[in-house]
Amino acid sequence: MKVKMKRVDEIIERYKGEEGVLIQLLLDIQSEFNWIPHGVIARISEKMRIPTSQIYRIASFYKAMSLNPVGRHIIHVCLGTACQVRGAPKILDRVEENLKIKEGSTTADMRFSLRRVNCLGCCAMGPVVVVDGNYHGKITPAMVEDILEKYE
Amino acid sequence: MPRLNSKEDLKALRRKIIGVRDLNKPYITLCSGTACHATGSDAVAAAIQKELEKQCLTGEVGVRRTGCHGFCERGPIIIIYPGEICYLNVTPEDVPEIISKTIKGREIIERLLYADPNTGEQMVHEQDIPFYKYQTRLVFSGNLWVDPTNIEDYIALGGYRALAKVLHEMTPEEVLEEVKRANLRGRGGGGFPAGRKWETTRDASGEPKYVIVNCDEGDPGAYMDRSIMEGNPHRVLEGLTIAAYAIGATQGFVYVRQEYPLAVSNLAIALEQAKEYGLLGEDILGSGFEFDVKVHRGAGAFVSGESSALMNAIEGKVGEPRPKYVHTSEAGIWDKPSNLNNVETLANVPLIIEKGADWFGSIGTEGSKGTKIFSLVGTVNNTGLVEVPMGTTLRDIIYKIGGGIRGGKRFKGVQTGGPSGGIIPEQYLDSPVDFDELTKLGSMMGSGGMIAIDEDTCIVDLARYFVDFLCDESCGKCVPCREGLKRMREILEDIVAGRGKEGDIELLKEIAVVMKEASLCALGTTAANPTLSTIRYFRDEYEAHIKEKRCPALVCKDLISYYIDPEKCIACLKCLKNCPEGAIEGEKRVIHVIEQSKCVKCGICYDVCPPKVGAVKKISGRPVPPSLPEAERAIRKGKKKGGGSD
Repeated sequence: MKVKMKRVDEIIERYKGEEGVLIQLLLDIQSEFNWIPHGVIARISEKMRIPTSQIYRIASFYKAMSLNPVGRHIIHVCLGTACQVRGAPKILDRVEENLKIKEGSTTADMRFSLRRVNCLGCCAMGPVVVVDGNYHGKITPAMVEDILEKYE
Repeated sequence: MPRLNSKEDLKALRRKIIGVRDLNKPYITLCSGTACHATGSDAVAAAIQKELEKQCLTGEVGVRRTGCHGFCERGPIIIIYPGEICYLNVTPEDVPEIISKTIKGREIIERLLYADPNTGEQMVHEQDIPFYKYQTRLVFSGNLWVDPTNIEDYIALGGYRALAKVLHEMTPEEVLEEVKRANLRGRGGGGFPAGRKWETTRDASGEPKYVIVNCDEGDPGAYMDRSIMEGNPHRVLEGLTIAAYAIGATQGFVYVRQEYPLAVSNLAIALEQAKEYGLLGEDILGSGFEFDVKVHRGAGAFVSGESSALMNAIEGKVGEPRPKYVHTSEAGIWDKPSNLNNVETLANVPLIIEKGADWFGSIGTEGSKGTKIFSLVGTVNNTGLVEVPMGTTLRDIIYKIGGGIRGGKRFKGVQTGGPSGGIIPEQYLDSPVDFDELTKLGSMMGSGGMIAIDEDTCIVDLARYFVDFLCDESCGKCVPCREGLKRMREILEDIVAGRGKEGDIELLKEIAVVMKEASLCALGTTAANPTLSTIRYFRDEYEAHIKEKRCPALVCKDLISYYIDPEKCIACLKCLKNCPEGAIEGEKRVIHVIEQSKCVKCGICYDVCPPKVGAVKKISGRPVPPSLPEAERAIRKGKKKGGGSD
């Protein structure tokens, strides 16, 4: 995956000279590329004069940041308490078995990345699975396969 | 818009806004909170726009996209004025009919109204629906009216009047006194009196002082803060500015989760508008008071909702808690006095200032004043946000407002306080809900998550779920929390997998005591609450898992088996075709049998077996009955089968 360094520099420019902005900067990088590539960390370190160790510490601590590239489609399976008591664990099991990966990883063909989230706040629809921002509510394990098939 | 330079300017603007609004002009408000986004509110909005154009009504009909109305179970919700006609579960396909019949013809479309599930009686107005009828909406009421991206909607409702009063008629001491007298307790979890917190920060030495709003709502199953921030951000900003004035702060922060994109964007718009109108920035409303607000997006760490951790995050560091012997109110952000309040707490402040501490004190119970918003979720019929006076009973919330448990299942308990709280069983349904009462029951108020649980939830598995969640979210800085949670998780995983042993319950309790005594922050000190409260009220379920290797709720995978009752099976092939593992044998007119060695216990067969037939069974604590010999599996034509015939 090629990252446009020009875009990275533009984002860095927004925060230059300000104090305590590293988290905000990394969040912007994350939203732009869906992950934080190692080359970008080096660039931030150089331009913001922040040690790479400090950047890695932040990027590995927060859940919203990923140090690994993601697949073409991102699946979020909600495991908030409301979804949990409405049967979400069985949905996650089903997705994992179907894609043959564990949550937190990406399929070898880069088609799907699978993540669990701890509440999307649309508990009325639970159990909920979100693929690329599309909400699929009131899911049963039997529906999983059909949903995944929609995303090539 | 020229900036407002005095209290009178604000009053005049409000009069002007109200004056030009024609109350007879048809108006459609559409709920557009995150939950309704998910159920298709954007498509409905687009359909409304398109249809108005098509029927040449653009300009003649007002459309307002408001924040969350709370009744998420039935979203998207639209309300049509005049008449306040409330339609639920609206789809884009309903829109042309709504415009031509209700807007043009003032005719009500019955199919879109709320119908009482018991009597079938239909209700036209939101206020008549039981879900709303038994609520007291003080903090949340603005959400029904206000387009969060338009400050004038908020001003029309009397917004920023409390701020004007504070800046022009009250000294900071008087504001502090009023909030203290109201006994406003923090809505984020702890329930600490907000006025006292403000006072500590005000009295602390060190300049500048900071005020912060905590919108890092991380409790799974809770989304009331998000709905306020998304739906009525000015209310929170007004409360924050009043706090800043009382404390003597000139810089504020809003800490909001990145996972709440709508809250982030509505907040950014609100800040822009407040500055433009002279309600933020220099010389607010001509009073000479200066206050500015920055937004910090949280990057997804549950522990960062803890006050000292949150302040570390605002400084751009890893959001881990600091040692607690130094109070953040004295040394918080960059070691300066910093006051942190939750969204809902601050949203109460303008009300207290406008209506007075006595009025506020007249609502609620002895120790807990005002209302509380709960996010009522789980296995209830009416999922949504519920605002009730403190002291309302659990039964009223779950049954009168929540409409009881889905699918006629038996109520088992209610989980409050998120991962730091506990589970309250059925015998305490008549307990009044306030800070002190919930603590007495071994749970806590927390931020207001209320998750109803029915008989199909395994209590031990739920305790394991919370410990697993916290294990994942613990920052790992202190040993009791980091190691304690891991050991608890191991024990609970063993119990649900059938490897539990005598003494496990005692061991869990022992670890809990150490964690409570020795952890660094509230995440660790409260982490054992879900486990302790479930041991207290549901010990028999733990024992069934440990001693009999049985899961009474038929949930724990390692302790259950799926089995097809040959007496009931009608050989319809449904389970067989749907089984992803090919673990079911059989064919048409041949009774189906699950091959236990292939079964992964995904439960699909159980879900797809027609309810009338009910042949697929879950069993636990006893062996699977031997399957019928192949020769006896054929169903002879004409033989009556299944469906409760036996």
